[in-house]
Amino acid sequence: MENFDVVIIGSGPGGYVAAIRAGQLGLKTAIIEKDKELGGTCLNVGCIPSKALLTSSDHFMFAKKEAAKHGIVIDNVNVDLNKMQQRKDKVVKTLTSGVRALMKGNKVTTFEGMGTIVAPGKVSVKSSAGETQEIETKNIIIATGSVPIELPFAKFDGKTIVSSTEALCFTEAPKKFLVIGAGAIGLELGSVWSRLGSEVTTLEFLPRIALGFDLELSNLLQRSLTAQGMTFHLETKVTAVKSENGRVTTTATKGNEEVKFDADKVLVSVGRRPFSEGLGAEKVGIELDDKKRIKIDKNFRTNIEGIYAIGDVIAGPMLAHKAEDEGIACVEIIAGKSGHVNYDAIPGIIYTNPELAGVGLTEDQAQEKKIDICIGKFPFRANGRALANEDPDGMVKFVADAKTDRILGAHILQHAASELIAEAVSVMEFGGSSEDLGRTCHSHPTLSEAVKEAALAVEQRALHIGNR
Amino acid sequence: MSVEVKIPAVGESISSGVVSVWHKKSGDFVNAGDALFTLETDKVSTEIVAENAGVLETNVDEGQEVKIGEVVATIDDSKSAPAASDSTEKKSAPEKTEAKAVAPAKEKSTNDAPLSPAVRRIVEEEHIDPASVSGTGKDGRLTKGDVLAAAQNRESVGDGIAVPGKPTASPPVTEAATQDRSASGGQDGRVTRKKMSPLRRKIAAQLVMAQQTAAILTTFNECDMSAVQKLRADSQEAFTKKNGLKLGFMSFFIKASIEALKAVPPINGRIEDEDFIQNNFYDIGVAVGTERGLVVPVVRDAEKKSFADLERDIADYAVKAREGKLKIEDLTGGTFTISNGGVYGSLLSTPILNPPQSGILGMHKIMERAVVVGGKVVIRPMMYLALSYDHRVIDGKEAVTFLITVKQCIEDPKKLPLDF
Repeated sequence: MENFDVVIIGSGPGGYVAAIRAGQLGLKTAIIEKDKELGGTCLNVGCIPSKALLTSSDHFMFAKKEAAKHGIVIDNVNVDLNKMQQRKDKVVKTLTSGVRALMKGNKVTTFEGMGTIVAPGKVSVKSSAGETQEIETKNIIIATGSVPIELPFAKFDGKTIVSSTEALCFTEAPKKFLVIGAGAIGLELGSVWSRLGSEVTTLEFLPRIALGFDLELSNLLQRSLTAQGMTFHLETKVTAVKSENGRVTTTATKGNEEVKFDADKVLVSVGRRPFSEGLGAEKVGIELDDKKRIKIDKNFRTNIEGIYAIGDVIAGPMLAHKAEDEGIACVEIIAGKSGHVNYDAIPGIIYTNPELAGVGLTEDQAQEKKIDICIGKFPFRANGRALANEDPDGMVKFVADAKTDRILGAHILQHAASELIAEAVSVMEFGGSSEDLGRTCHSHPTLSEAVKEAALAVEQRALHIGNR
Repeated sequence: MSVEVKIPAVGESISSGVVSVWHKKSGDFVNAGDALFTLETDKVSTEIVAENAGVLETNVDEGQEVKIGEVVATIDDSKSAPAASDSTEKKSAPEKTEAKAVAPAKEKSTNDAPLSPAVRRIVEEEHIDPASVSGTGKDGRLTKGDVLAAAQNRESVGDGIAVPGKPTASPPVTEAATQDRSASGGQDGRVTRKKMSPLRRKIAAQLVMAQQTAAILTTFNECDMSAVQKLRADSQEAFTKKNGLKLGFMSFFIKASIEALKAVPPINGRIEDEDFIQNNFYDIGVAVGTERGLVVPVVRDAEKKSFADLERDIADYAVKAREGKLKIEDLTGGTFTISNGGVYGSLLSTPILNPPQSGILGMHKIMERAVVVGGKVVIRPMMYLALSYDHRVIDGKEAVTFLITVKQCIEDPKKLPLDF
């Protein structure tokens, strides 16, 4: 029987990055994956394929609507969805095989099959062929991730009532596409199919879209998406979803009224839940919290000696990069080093157009915590590069501590917000102030100048706009 | 075991103070007797030392107001002193062995650590040594908040540089303009604003309280210093030889005041609620100006002390005051105060009472003036004397009697118990 220092269950971004780090630290490491490909949800049916489709469809929109503004005349712009999907699959394939190479390169043993914890220090792997083998290990890291939440009255059928997984693989754009839940996944996939020709209607239980992001910017995003042709029904509670003869009827209450929506396909994107089925967690007595997440201490240790957990299966935002950082910290702790994750500086992004990115506290959250804050904002319509790009929508907003000027939060709505937010995250990681960012040279002309300007605006000294 | 570091009872009528500077940081190993922090009260700032050795864990920030008895830190004496040469070697890679979680080691910021842009600006403008500030950022780096706090704190210990403006969301233009001006030392600024130090604020409150509580009145007289000057000149050499320090004027005035207080006892007393407390001992406060404000150390049982002892006490206090080492007990419990505005050239002034005392004698500059003696105009070294007193318990006649007694003792020192 093989004996390892660390066995990681799950090869998503949390698990495989933990495996790489473990390999780097010289630990004898194994990783177990139930699916054929490594990479988990993120690489196979999440972050990466959705970004492939978002970018492709965004290019289509450019060709169709934006190019003319630049004086580029393109006649007969059409979509070859088959080819678009093939490109997506190729991107996924490149990355998953890349992960496989990385495992090899870091001397990580890969097991294909369902990993089950038999006892502390003992894991069985049951392959798809039905063979079971047991491996021994000093430490186990649970990195089994999450799965889409199913509504009890709208069971996934994979054809008409679907999760994000299927919504990435439509072979044609549904004529009428209904999205339940206006979070990151709903907004992104709604955008994809809206751009590719679907009539998209989004139902949201809350009075706002993009919960967790800055309210002002979320409202601006909703306005942009509406202008792009998407329809939103907020404060709308879905009560029934019926699939008949390839059509779906969704019943919802909006205020006191009952509303019905007819659609070809319905995407249920109301969130994800931790996935630990078949893991054997209950058998060995691993404690879960009230939301069925694995309970850990600040060093990622479960209540059972030698068993750790990271990523979506524990508390916190279900984000690939959060899982990665936890994986690294967890392995470093196992190796006797001091790993840490700064939960105050984990960015979140919705990859619509414009993209919505945020890190740290929103204005509302700071006010709830009764923190005395200063706000600095700068709109992209006052940024030269944004105008040159014909991308004037959106703004940058900083939330800084009124006394110390420390940046507590940064929020960006812009076509390239996902890249722009990184700068604010870095400064926050070092406990930096808005002035630190404002005094840092930014090249001209770039969108990042708007980040600097918003930082300057915290102290009422933005340059290219009046300071109220 | 952890031993609590509490704010000691530093004197009567003092219930709180401000931790102005931590001399040791959280995580530092301290030895018994090491100065931990400076406690600043309205009377004095004093260094509080560690009573046992161990690893320090601080609970309050610099600049924070603390109450007597409050626990401001703990010292964990279960941890022993680090090996002689620690810091650099400690940073070498930890052995990776067992699966034990280790607490992240808190590294200290090194002196040459790069500073963030805002921190760079503030340390330059405020003349702060970055190495003297403890950082709260990643791996102990300095944040803007750290140096702002350090600047403000230094302000509070009496170094007069303007505070950089804090960012505000409110009225931008004017605010920003004021900030810039004050931050840059106010070249074009007609006014600059800075926060008063806690010591200054307390002094201010104390003085207003004195004015509002007592019925303060001042009476004046003058004295001819010829006799004392001659006596000093004649005795100086022998006195210095014998005692190793000079015979000054202050000891004469202390002795003269004691004679006068004996003649008019209420001036050596105080009001407490509805009672009058008569002090039958003579603890005389001698006001000393320092860079950080006026302090009044107290010469104990002055009536029992020789001139030489008095001069020695005063000299010792002057040194302690300059070095900021006066203790609270040096400053409390006086029954009467003597203030010498003459050292700054004051010809005449009305001193303010030091509550709860009932009297204060003001000495002034000695000036040669034309006076009439025996029907002739002669030149004499003269000093005006002022007695401020609490009219609630002392009548005008008593106050005048006091000053005349002082005058007579100074003009004829043989009336004093000369012992040199």
